[in-house]
Amino acid sequence: MSDRATPAANSWDDDDDVVMSLEDVSVHFEKEQGVVESLFDEPETVQAVSDVSIDIPENDVLALVGESGCGKTTLGKTIIGVQRPTSGSVKYRGQDVWDARDGRGDVAIEHGDIRRALQMIHQDPGAALNPNRKVLTTLEAPLKKWDPDMSTEDRRARIFALLDRVGMEPPEDYAHRFPHQLSGGEQQRIALVRALLMNPDVILADEAVSALDVSLRVETMDLLLELQEQFNTSFVFISHNLSNARYLAKEAGGRIGIMYLGEIVEIGPPEEVLNDPQHPYSKVLRWATADLDPTAQKMTDPPVRSIDIPDPVNPPSGCRFHTRCPEAREVCKTESPELGDGAGSPDAGRCAACFRTDPDHEYWDSEPLDGVDEAESPSLGD
Amino acid sequence: MQDTLEQRGPDSADPIIEARNVSVTYDLEHRDAMVLDDVSIDLRRGEILGVVGESGSGKSMLANAMMDAVEEPGITTGSVTYHPEDGDPVDILDLSHEELNEFRWEEVSMVFQGALSSFNPTMSIRGHFEETLEAHDYDVEEGMERARQLLSDLYLDPDRVLDSYAHELSGGMSQRALIALSLILEPQVLLMDEPTAALDLLMQRSILSLLADIKEKYDLTILFITHDLPLVAGLADRLAILYAFELAEVGTAEQIAHDSKHPYTRALLQAVPNLDAPTESMRPIEGTAPNPAHVPDGCHYAPRCPLATKQCHQETPPWVDVEENHRSACFHYDDAEDAVPFDLEEVSDA
Repeated sequence: MSDRATPAANSWDDDDDVVMSLEDVSVHFEKEQGVVESLFDEPETVQAVSDVSIDIPENDVLALVGESGCGKTTLGKTIIGVQRPTSGSVKYRGQDVWDARDGRGDVAIEHGDIRRALQMIHQDPGAALNPNRKVLTTLEAPLKKWDPDMSTEDRRARIFALLDRVGMEPPEDYAHRFPHQLSGGEQQRIALVRALLMNPDVILADEAVSALDVSLRVETMDLLLELQEQFNTSFVFISHNLSNARYLAKEAGGRIGIMYLGEIVEIGPPEEVLNDPQHPYSKVLRWATADLDPTAQKMTDPPVRSIDIPDPVNPPSGCRFHTRCPEAREVCKTESPELGDGAGSPDAGRCAACFRTDPDHEYWDSEPLDGVDEAESPSLGD
Repeated sequence: MQDTLEQRGPDSADPIIEARNVSVTYDLEHRDAMVLDDVSIDLRRGEILGVVGESGSGKSMLANAMMDAVEEPGITTGSVTYHPEDGDPVDILDLSHEELNEFRWEEVSMVFQGALSSFNPTMSIRGHFEETLEAHDYDVEEGMERARQLLSDLYLDPDRVLDSYAHELSGGMSQRALIALSLILEPQVLLMDEPTAALDLLMQRSILSLLADIKEKYDLTILFITHDLPLVAGLADRLAILYAFELAEVGTAEQIAHDSKHPYTRALLQAVPNLDAPTESMRPIEGTAPNPAHVPDGCHYAPRCPLATKQCHQETPPWVDVEENHRSACFHYDDAEDAVPFDLEEVSDA
């Protein structure tokens, strides 16, 4: 489907299938002073994303899941090149996005082309569409900007064809409506059409179905999947809801990435991550996802030592989850596990950042922290 | 087997709040908009009743009507009777303004979603507790002792929280502080309208598990309103499913989840993304919910229902007792299972 030629100068990139590649990316924000407490003289730094490396292949779905404030939206925005990383590199088909933007070095792919290839759908479709503009005007704007020579007829034909494709029939009727004359689901489809008009390689869908009614969610996700297949677009789907993330990632054969305080703590195929979570935090999220069956779902206490998330300004030392982790030991306070360190997880794409995945780690000889159940040996570990 | 509401109340077990034929209408210039249509339901003493409906189904209206808190120009009709443990029943819709003020908080308390907008941003959390106690002539010192207990029951550090302002707390913490505040005058009933909707799943579930503990400890009756069926399924004793301003089905959580007799409930169960279900079994519901100004005649779900017959489009279906505690408002309740297949066993085992 994609009519974009593969860029010529990507000799250093031996994997053509990778669209976006992030290496050791960190994003820090300076917090405004005096808002919460004036204990600190220097501006506080929030580490929204720290040291994340990830590749987005073509035609892939990556679902990022985590609590609010875990940095999933910031990571998503960094992936599509709208958030400049504090350190690390973000590459689009081998071209550093921010070098292209600033005109540093040999720019193989122009920033404008990169920008068009990376699109976004926001959480609230009502707020993402200009209420004073008809759907047609909204949809024509990007085409006019990027393809000023296109004739009006061609432009409209293209828009109508896409509207038709997302099930908004008759397209002529919908094109002449204002956003308030559309339902939430229809507004979200317009936002999707707007993103698709650019024939993007990657679309970031930030909580794109969370605002929709329960009965509309599956329908909207099905549409995303259908379009992903037709347009060979990759999706980065951000959600706090494990069930939605699983649905999308599983149907598309993609991956789920679990984030905690700026780090990806576990990533892999949805069924593996959810049915056999390796990281204690993934287990916690699993617990938090309600089961439809009231008999299977007992009201148990949360499997964490503290239900409140620590302040991202002062993330805990060592493993960031150790302050809440039900399995934490002394070593977790000082050493931080890397994603994929564990000996037991070299298999394709599946890894977790936890010492427990390594049966030989000193973790197993370390003392459990206060409030952690009696130590178990690695053989009994799950 | 079939009988209508006029002949008998919908439930018989010891009710603490009895709502009968409650309707809420908005008298618009051109036409009336019905946002709650002849709903009758009992809240039984000591239970957790989950009211589930999609947005715009009228579920918040039901809670507001139960406290006579529907805002002008909405008109509430029908009757809502409160049965105190000892004493005479009170008709809530007949109470004067002063009586209502006393009744709210002391007998029935309400928690809304979005704690930030429920707290006064210029007043500390302690101020809210003290003000509430003073306004109702309670002993402040004794009350603050209770406040501390309530806050620690909700896994909060009382000293830190009481001295904070709402914006200094995280969403989960301020929502928990709000729940503590709602219980400060020791009400019998807690009405909760999407109390966890703006929060993360982990915080939602943590709050729910705390609610279950608190309910036991303080002997509460809880009405929990949500759009999220799986969220409340494990907490609630009974579930009431609301569709387009009227009740579709009421039953125990098990009956609704395992053996629903209403095509809408079954379609809703199918549509909810569930972690354990095979993804192929999830199906969206065709069509859209009606607008309050254009509610269809007959069964409100008929235009979207695969079972709808001519009768469904013309007549309002009566309540049918399918089994004990389980009622469905559907002419074709017996065929619902075949028409909208949904098997939780199959789904969970997959």
